[in-house]
Amino acid sequence: MANKLFRMGVVGEEDAILAFKAIGAIAIPATTQEEISTAIHRLSREGVPVIFITEAAARLVSEALARYDQIMETAIIPIPGIKGSDGFGAQLLRDNVIKAIGADILTQQN
Amino acid sequence: MAILRVNPTRMELTLMKRRLVTAKRGHKLLKDKRDELVRRFIVLVKENAVIRKQVEQELGAALKDFALARAVMEPGALHQALLYPAREAAITMGRRSILSVCVPVFAMDEESVSKTVLPYGLAETSAQLDGAIETMAKVLPLLIQLAEIEKTTGLLADEIQKTRRRVNALEYVMIPQFEETIRYITMKLEENERGALIRLMKVKEMLEERAAN
Repeated sequence: MANKLFRMGVVGEEDAILAFKAIGAIAIPATTQEEISTAIHRLSREGVPVIFITEAAARLVSEALARYDQIMETAIIPIPGIKGSDGFGAQLLRDNVIKAIGADILTQQN
Repeated sequence: MAILRVNPTRMELTLMKRRLVTAKRGHKLLKDKRDELVRRFIVLVKENAVIRKQVEQELGAALKDFALARAVMEPGALHQALLYPAREAAITMGRRSILSVCVPVFAMDEESVSKTVLPYGLAETSAQLDGAIETMAKVLPLLIQLAEIEKTTGLLADEIQKTRRRVNALEYVMIPQFEETIRYITMKLEENERGALIRLMKVKEMLEERAAN
C-alpha cells in the first residue's frame, strides 16, 4: 500500500492547468460547473488521491467538494489560478477553524 | 430537565447509577480527547496557513512565468511540447492516525523527482518555458505538503466537531437526565418506605387499641 504510486489530478481553466500537465499531473480542463464536477468524480473514481482545483473552479462546485470532505482517500485542494489567489482556499481554511474551535483564530493573529 | 420514564424500583435505580457512572467516565474521556484534538489542530492549522500563503505566492509566480512563456510561443507548438510529460508526478500515499482519526500522508516519489523535468527537445521551444516548468517542479513538493496538511486539518475539524457535540450531549443532556431520574427514584422509594412505616405504625396502634378493649 505504502509503495503504490499515485498520480495527481488538476482541474480548472486550461491556462492554469497546462503548467501542471507539463510536470506530469493528470490535467482535465473544465470551466462549467458540470464539467468540473464530472472531472472531480472521475479522478476520484480512478483513485487519484490528490486533486488540485483552481479557486475559480472550486467556487462553482462547493457542493461536490463537500462530498469529499470526509473521505480520507481524496484530498481536493484549491490552488490559485492564473490570476492569483482570490481567497477561496484561505476561506475554506478559516471555515475549518470556525467549525473546530468556534472562533476564527487565524484572522485575529494577523 | 425531563426525567426518563422508568419504574421507580431498586433495580432501575441500580441500573441508572451504573449508567451515570459510565456516562461520566465517557464524558471525561471525550473531553480529554477533544482538548488534545484542539491542541493538535491549532498547531496544524497555523502551519497550514503558512504553507498556503507560501504556495499562493510561489504558485502565482510560477503560473505567471508560464503565462509569459505561452505568450511567446505558438499555442500549437506549446501543446505539442507538453503533449507527453517526461515524468509522472508520482506520489506515495500512506496513512497515520491522530487520536484514531485516520489521516493521509503524501510524499513525492523519489524516482520521479530525480528524473529530468523538461518533456521536450530544446529546439522548438522558448527558454521561458524551460524556466517556468522548472519553477513549477520546485513548487510541487510544497503543493503535496499543502495537500497533506489541508486534508488533515479538514478531517480533524470534522472529528473535533463530532467530539464536541458528544461531549455537550453528555454534559448537558444525558448526565443531568440520569441525575434527575436517580433523584426521582430515590425520593419515590423513600416515600414508599415512609408510607409503609406509617401503615405499620397505624396497624400496631389499631391492634393495641383492640387489645386494650
